[in-house]
Amino acid sequence: MLDNNYFIRYLPLLIQVGVGIALAAVMVTLSHLLGKHKWTPAKNSPYECGITPTGDAQGRFSVKFYMVAMLFILFDVEAVFLYPWAVIARKLGMFGFWEMLVYIGLVLVGFFYIWKKGMIDWNKPERNEA
Amino acid sequence: MLHQVLFIVFGAICVAGAINLVAQRHPINSALSLVVVMGSLALIYLLLGAEFVAAVQVIVYAGAIMVLFVFVIMLLNAGAEERTQGSRIAVLIGGPGVAVLTGVIVWTVMRNSQQFGGVLIGSMVEQGQDNTHGIANLLFKDFLLPFEVTSVLILIAIMGAVVLAARKESV
Amino acid sequence: MNSIGYNDYIRILPELVLTFFGILVMLIDPLLGRGSRKGLGILSLTGSFLAMAAGFYQINFHGPAWFGMVQVDSFSIFFHILIPCISAICILASLEYLDQQNIHSGEYYGLILFGTAGMVLMTSAVELVLIFIALEISSISTYILAGYRRSSAAGTESSIKYFLLGSFATAFFLYGVAMIFGATGSTSIPEIYKALNGATSGALVYIAVALMLIGLGFKVAFAPFHVWTPDVYEGAPAPVVALMSTGPKAAAFAVLLRVLFATAVPNDWIWLIWIAAALSMTLGNFGALIQNNVKRMLAYSSIAHAGYILVAFAAGREIGMAAAIFYTASYAAMNVGAFAVVSHFGGTGERYIDIEDYAGLGKRSPLLAFTLTIFLLSLIGIPLTGGFFAKYYVFNAALHSNLVWLTIIGVVNSAVAAYYYLRLIVMMYMREATVDAPPERVSPSMALALVLAAIGTIYLGVLPGYVLDSAHHGAQALKAGPFSKTVQPANNANAAPVQTLK
Repeated sequence: MLDNNYFIRYLPLLIQVGVGIALAAVMVTLSHLLGKHKWTPAKNSPYECGITPTGDAQGRFSVKFYMVAMLFILFDVEAVFLYPWAVIARKLGMFGFWEMLVYIGLVLVGFFYIWKKGMIDWNKPERNEA
Repeated sequence: MLHQVLFIVFGAICVAGAINLVAQRHPINSALSLVVVMGSLALIYLLLGAEFVAAVQVIVYAGAIMVLFVFVIMLLNAGAEERTQGSRIAVLIGGPGVAVLTGVIVWTVMRNSQQFGGVLIGSMVEQGQDNTHGIANLLFKDFLLPFEVTSVLILIAIMGAVVLAARKESV
Repeated sequence: MNSIGYNDYIRILPELVLTFFGILVMLIDPLLGRGSRKGLGILSLTGSFLAMAAGFYQINFHGPAWFGMVQVDSFSIFFHILIPCISAICILASLEYLDQQNIHSGEYYGLILFGTAGMVLMTSAVELVLIFIALEISSISTYILAGYRRSSAAGTESSIKYFLLGSFATAFFLYGVAMIFGATGSTSIPEIYKALNGATSGALVYIAVALMLIGLGFKVAFAPFHVWTPDVYEGAPAPVVALMSTGPKAAAFAVLLRVLFATAVPNDWIWLIWIAAALSMTLGNFGALIQNNVKRMLAYSSIAHAGYILVAFAAGREIGMAAAIFYTASYAAMNVGAFAVVSHFGGTGERYIDIEDYAGLGKRSPLLAFTLTIFLLSLIGIPLTGGFFAKYYVFNAALHSNLVWLTIIGVVNSAVAAYYYLRLIVMMYMREATVDAPPERVSPSMALALVLAAIGTIYLGVLPGYVLDSAHHGAQALKAGPFSKTVQPANNANAAPVQTLK
């Protein structure tokens, strides 16, 4: 069983979550109760001033966005492993250095590949569309 | 006591989020419900004493994976789904099937609950070992090969993403 | 802490070779312009052959490695040689196919190589976590490969169906791993063996075995987890089907063998396997009877063959395991060959894949028709082909274990199966051609692929001794239980070769 010390360490987190939820709830409720409700077409538009929105918010996006998101996740997953490695890097010594080097080397292969494939080149015309 | 209360609270939030995820008609709403599920899962991990996993859950799942989901929803221009009646056979067989299967599993687990013994929540923390240290010691010694092999898995994922996204071949 | 020594690298040598060549392909491909990727194909071919050679080299390096993560024994070496062999023939068949279909993608070969590395690793891993990662590597690369026929809706359907159902199945496997960890406190097969041996197993173990059976059952496509097979095989490129109907299957069967026979789980799973075997054979063969598309027919036939292998599982004991191991090899040879013919004959866009299209093939292309006949006869189980001995050993093992009913079901099914295979042969030799266009010339690489597959099929049918002995050694290695009973330090340089193949 976890002792209470463990929880006390995370008490601030719990308080923060609680405050966050409470704050949001209070703000929404108060504005609903106190505010005046007068709807005009201008107020209902997404931006009251500035550029008139064109079209739906659900336009189609280029597949490049997907590529960036996908690659971000992949490298994010790889980066996550660095943290536990850093925690014991000193203890592992040279052995740990080499194992991480191999890992990062493989990651770099992937990076080289997408770079040369032009997947992160935004200015490149989409010559691949055949 | 405290952690049991917290576990039940976050467990309930997690299940509610999961049900809402399936029930919602608009994919964006479903995706946001998924954030709730991921977040409460992270807290459950924390309650179990798995601090590192909890942090990773927030960074990778609630952060990165969710971004991808939202991107894909935008990419596909997915609107609210239409309700269909669905296959009648699926309802007739699937419904009772799920009920029976759940019943069997619950019955087996309840009947054998003595054998399982209790799970020591956060036993690693109890041993005075930092959770992240524990994972690191396992990952970079005993599980060195699976760790390195993971990078090959990621390479495949990169290639797969490129193959799927780049429409190059006019077959 | 043990350090990593020379032997550790040797014991994953085939994986290292395959990964190295995969990375090489990945680095070179973006540097090439548009156009054919035949060069990369030949590079990958070299990689596959070297991996096979590495498998042979491992014969003198039995033992565990990487802190007990992998274990090289006669069992894993058998698959270390078989699986690169399969992918080599598939690459040979792809060389022509990709140009024919106008697919110029180096990733295709890279994915085959990485996927093969995953499959090979599956067979030697003795740690469920590593098995899971290897399974994912092999699965994800085949998901992507299945979708290479972009222009056809069936291609995309194939990839998506395979991916969704496959991920679902992998989740089942993972749940099983979690459950067995809950029951035994370890995911390492030797440790699980120690925890379960002699002890009464609780409900968790049963749930774990059931879940892992579901997950692996999907990968090898035995009934009732077979429904995806015809659709996926129909839409995927024919050389990829040749690979995924044999390579990942052999690897998944190897994992199944290890999980069921090397972990001391209670053997109540036998009746599950019994039912699955009977169902797979019956559903597979009767499904194949009514198919008009050759790829779908072979898909159903592959379900039936998974059923035959399960008969050997149900038989258990060393003789059953050896029969199962032998069957994977023999099935690989004939099925890869059959799909290679299908991939050549399909033509651009795989137009000719109905049974009627094969009419008169005996006259139009005698050589193609002849090789296909060999593979089909082997699939029926006619003597002098590998299929005969494979079936013979399986049913022999079943009879030894007193599985009379299962044997009867199997034999009846083989008779039913003969009908649809023979129908195709009759179509080739006794009907007039309906397709005017002569089949394209067989390229040298395709010819080599066909010859290799045919030689393999005939060899196993005429001189099965060597391979059968190896299968028996493999079964013995499994039966002998996990190495951990004699755990050697990973860097023990004089790890004695446990047994050398005759």
